[in-house]
Amino acid sequence: MSAYRPPPLFTLVHGCAALLAAGSLAVTLYDGLEERRVALAFGVLVTVGELARRNGARVREPAPLGAAAALSYALLGEAGGRATHHGPAQVVAVVLAASLLASVPHVARGQGPTLDHLARRVLTVGFVAVCFQPPYNRGMFDDWGGPAYALLLLALLSLTALCDAVLAAALAHSRTGWPFGPVLRDELRAVLGIGSAVIATGAVMALAVAVVGLWALPVFSVPLLLAQMSFRRYAAVRATYRQTIASLARATEVAGYTPCGHARRVAALSQAVGRDLGLTEPELAVLEYAALMHDIGQLSLVDPVPAGATAGLPAAEARRIALLGGAVVRQTGVDEAVAVVVERQADPYAEQPLAARIVRAVNAYEEKSREGGLGGPLTALEELRLATAGEYAPEVVESLARVLARSSLTLPVTG
Amino acid sequence: MEAVPVRARVYVACVAVAALLCLLPLPGIRTPWWAVALLATLYAGCERVARSRFVGISHPAGTFYPVLLAGAFLLPAPAAALVAVPGALLSHVEQRPLALRRVWRAAQLVLGVWAAARVHWALGGRDAVVAGDVPYALGPAGAAVLAFCLVLALLDGGILAVAERVPVRRAWRGLVSRSLAPIAVHGLAGLMMAVLWRSPYGPVAALLVLLPMCVSWWAFAQYHRERAAHQATIRALVQAVDIKDGYTRGHSERVGQASMMIARELGMDDERVEVLRFAGILHDVGKLGVPTRLLRKDGPLTPEERRVIELHPEYGHEMVRGIGFLGEARAAVLHHHERLDGTGYPYGLMGSQIPESARVVAVADAFDAMTSTRSYSRARPVAVALAELKRCSGSQFDPEMVEALVEAVGRAGWRPAVTADDVDPTRIPPPGAPVSSRPGAHR
Repeated sequence: MSAYRPPPLFTLVHGCAALLAAGSLAVTLYDGLEERRVALAFGVLVTVGELARRNGARVREPAPLGAAAALSYALLGEAGGRATHHGPAQVVAVVLAASLLASVPHVARGQGPTLDHLARRVLTVGFVAVCFQPPYNRGMFDDWGGPAYALLLLALLSLTALCDAVLAAALAHSRTGWPFGPVLRDELRAVLGIGSAVIATGAVMALAVAVVGLWALPVFSVPLLLAQMSFRRYAAVRATYRQTIASLARATEVAGYTPCGHARRVAALSQAVGRDLGLTEPELAVLEYAALMHDIGQLSLVDPVPAGATAGLPAAEARRIALLGGAVVRQTGVDEAVAVVVERQADPYAEQPLAARIVRAVNAYEEKSREGGLGGPLTALEELRLATAGEYAPEVVESLARVLARSSLTLPVTG
Repeated sequence: MEAVPVRARVYVACVAVAALLCLLPLPGIRTPWWAVALLATLYAGCERVARSRFVGISHPAGTFYPVLLAGAFLLPAPAAALVAVPGALLSHVEQRPLALRRVWRAAQLVLGVWAAARVHWALGGRDAVVAGDVPYALGPAGAAVLAFCLVLALLDGGILAVAERVPVRRAWRGLVSRSLAPIAVHGLAGLMMAVLWRSPYGPVAALLVLLPMCVSWWAFAQYHRERAAHQATIRALVQAVDIKDGYTRGHSERVGQASMMIARELGMDDERVEVLRFAGILHDVGKLGVPTRLLRKDGPLTPEERRVIELHPEYGHEMVRGIGFLGEARAAVLHHHERLDGTGYPYGLMGSQIPESARVVAVADAFDAMTSTRSYSRARPVAVALAELKRCSGSQFDPEMVEALVEAVGRAGWRPAVTADDVDPTRIPPPGAPVSSRPGAHR
């Protein structure tokens, strides 16, 4: 993506974050730090949290502890019974410095600075701090009772999380061109998961530091670290499961029923089409598994289909193989929905669920474009378009065309 | 447990009486009843949700101890013990007898919480909590958690010894060490709840502490669910191979078990033993790539057909090489037909060139092939099979592995258990047969 120009929204968000960061640093350098001990403690916690970050495509909040610590510093009004006086500029400056410091090992390991992550962190923390610190320092919350004050912090953080989800969805939308609605839904779902733990810990840390002082920081980090660990283990076992399914899918290739890498290419392209058509994460997972295993029914055949080209088979035979595949998938104990998609991949599109339509069209495209040689992809797409009367769903074929146009009409690179 | 032995009933009754004695002073003490009611409702509600279908698999450390421990840090001992009662009595129990199990659970928790609260009180933890003196409050809280953990372990060990006749020493072994770490984290969360509860911010702030814990429980349950699904997938995959090959049911699983026995006997660590179990289970997975017609052929194979079948280790390796967690099991899949004298396939490796994992699986595979009935041969007795392995050790098999198997079988016997009995093998359609869809056939 070297020749790729970032969309305007991207530039806008990064520009705002850079401006906010530079301004905060300048103000802080000019005014000096208030309550250095507190600033140092929170800075250390943010650094530790960011150091424990794990990057990955499927990780929504890579550094929960870093996020919670940064948010609670933005909401800190007292430490150990004494009022604090730091302003929003200092909050942003401390969080920025700690995050930059923590990204040194990540950069050294060649993972690169995740600018998106940093920009979002600076913006969210800046938002919270601007909303909270000036009114607090002017004494506007002094008459609020304790529980009301706690609820205020919670509400403020929840609002911030919502804004952050919208921002993240907008960024993902402008970067990838995926439809905005489903991306936002996925982001909001993540807010309910680890996001709620971050919000709760952020609010609780700010309150606890007010009551018992800086000792609260390490003690209150433990449950969040536990949550982070659980999520990592969950992610790890999911990754393993995907590997196993992908290997199972390779059985047909090893047996010579289908060409090498076919299942993987169909899965990758199906995912792209699914995203374009606005499927959500759980639906995309089902689609991916089904696409990987769509040819598994051929294992039950005594003799391979010539060149594995199921798209050219008579309809009855293709449906029989699909049913066999569905039966095998049911055996494997994968989600029932996957088996249904595999089973119905050869039905006429009017009777199919959306995922099965996608698998059918993408599979046909993959087979035809491979046979076609140099001009294969274009010819294949044309053939698919011509067959939209009964076999392939028109909206799926159009989406496929969009996805392919975006990736310059090349076959997706296989891993 | 169909019939509960009388001594177990008596034991539970004794514990229940002790619990009632703990609760007895309740009317006489000054108790903030609204706090008791709130905590008890919270505990009962959380318990209901955690054990419901929504979360699925219950957490091994079980329950919302943070609420109970917060009660122990906040309330007088009898009142704190009372917090556990409604939740335990209303909780979802999977096995019969329901009433007895509920009473047992309630009585156990009452005693545990009571002990924790007493210890906490005696060490002056209450004042530390009220003052928000955190480094100091950690001491009494730690002691209270330890007391809680010890009481639970003591009672659990007791019921194991009484009801299941497990020897006392074995019943108690590991109970404390296994549960101490999770309960310590729960204790920390309980302490935070207690401190915030007594702070100006009140119970609202205390409840927020529970949220990260709930989220991590949820993720943990998801992890277990996904792991179970993964294991089911591997098992089904393996069964597909067994059926395709016309083997007796469970050959792959038994090879996995024998590999595990050998690995244990060789003193490998648990992780490697597990990897070798997978190596045994998956050793023939490449046969999925060999035409069924060849695998099931009656009568002698032509040299060409034999060559095709002998490709299965390479097919298998090609399939599993992308699965990271299998580690050295992948080498075992590739090399399990190598022979020590270099006449095996696919590469004709000799002696120590063959990976250790492959040498283990080769012995396990041959052993199970001999001791189970095949279409072409009857099962041989275990002793005969071991003698045959010994005869071939040095030329075909690694003597060290054969020796380990002989030792392990000599000590524990050979009682292969087929765990994959929840999937009916007849459900895989025979090649060429028409298949109708079966909604809801699985899961």
